[in-house]
Amino acid sequence: MATTEEIRSSLADIVNEVAGIPAEDVQMDKSFVDDLDVDSLSMVEVVVAAEEKFDVKIPDEEVKNLKTVGDAVAFIENAGS
Amino acid sequence: MSVELTNSNGSQHARIMGVGAYRPGRVVTNDEVCEHIESTDEWIRARSGIIERRFAEPHETVQAMSVASARAALEHAEIDPQQLGCVVVATVSHLWQTPAVATMITEELGATPAAAFDISAACAGFCHGVALGSDMVRSGTAKYVLAIGVERLSDITDRTDRSTAFIFADGAGAAVIGPSEENGIGPVVWGSDGDKYDLIAQKESWIDVVGSDTPSMPHLRMQGNPVFRWASYEMAKVAREALDRAGITVDDLDAFIPHQANMRITDAMARALKLPEHVAVARDIAYQGNTSAASVPLAMDRMIRDGEIKSGDTALLIAFGAGLAYAAQVVKVP
Repeated sequence: MATTEEIRSSLADIVNEVAGIPAEDVQMDKSFVDDLDVDSLSMVEVVVAAEEKFDVKIPDEEVKNLKTVGDAVAFIENAGS
Repeated sequence: MSVELTNSNGSQHARIMGVGAYRPGRVVTNDEVCEHIESTDEWIRARSGIIERRFAEPHETVQAMSVASARAALEHAEIDPQQLGCVVVATVSHLWQTPAVATMITEELGATPAAAFDISAACAGFCHGVALGSDMVRSGTAKYVLAIGVERLSDITDRTDRSTAFIFADGAGAAVIGPSEENGIGPVVWGSDGDKYDLIAQKESWIDVVGSDTPSMPHLRMQGNPVFRWASYEMAKVAREALDRAGITVDDLDAFIPHQANMRITDAMARALKLPEHVAVARDIAYQGNTSAASVPLAMDRMIRDGEIKSGDTALLIAFGAGLAYAAQVVKVP
């Protein structure tokens, strides 16, 4: 099972690949929309890549609750446990 | 009576012999769209890749646009209208329940008594038409088939709906399909997912409209994010299958011509397919918007005219939309 930091780091790489955001900016307290400028379509791409990477299912109705990087990391941790 | 019935005989192979397009005259900028929705030119470009689109004027009817695109396709194919055995029209915006607009198009072209009918497969309609045409040519039910994709989506788009007003547009594209020495149309990979019928749909039935105290056009509505996800990822799998069925890989492709739904979907699909850099990607949406059934032939026509692709090139077509319905095939460029 990956550590919280490992999940954050992998997620940061995904956000970097999808939206071109520097991976070091993708920290737990950052809002995808307000801080990182990841719009809802990019968020869909991040979610799909995260599902593949972490072997979890993130339903459409859950995506809107993932406001910060920390929210997404927590969801992935719980879904994978 | 125990008698044997004869069968029709077709050509072993089929190909697209010519394509044609009709682009309405009136250019509608993002700024004009933003007169009715709270948005900006920058936001629309970032969100969809659309810089401008075209809306049909009253005289640019579904029939008139279809006939114009069909004449161009027939000329490109060097086929006379009288040689056509069937005319298939894919559209969701011919606002007459019956008769099919295909019969009137056929008459205006001078192709009567060719068989003529409309198909309702929304944005996937043109690729369905190509599949039907290819099968008709091979089975001998028609020697030459005209497949048209045409829309006047401006008639059924809510100009005040922030999720669709900037996307949909008007136009027509056509292809002539006929017999060939070599195969020019790979096996179609098509299907439907009716479980998701509600993601893109007319907002109410005509019966409900008539029963309303304040009747209004039953506009299209769409749930953007789930559609984006389905189109970007599920459709990449369908595209890969179409390549497999044709016996080729992405390295063999010269062009990728997906339904022009949204530039972001095209980009996501291209990434998912890992298209090599030499593959030309259709980006007609920038100046044409999403024209549903018309988008694939419009995009192919632009790529031919601009010299991005040439006769004999190998192109992957894929179209997908309301239903949800989808179809993909590899074709040789006419």
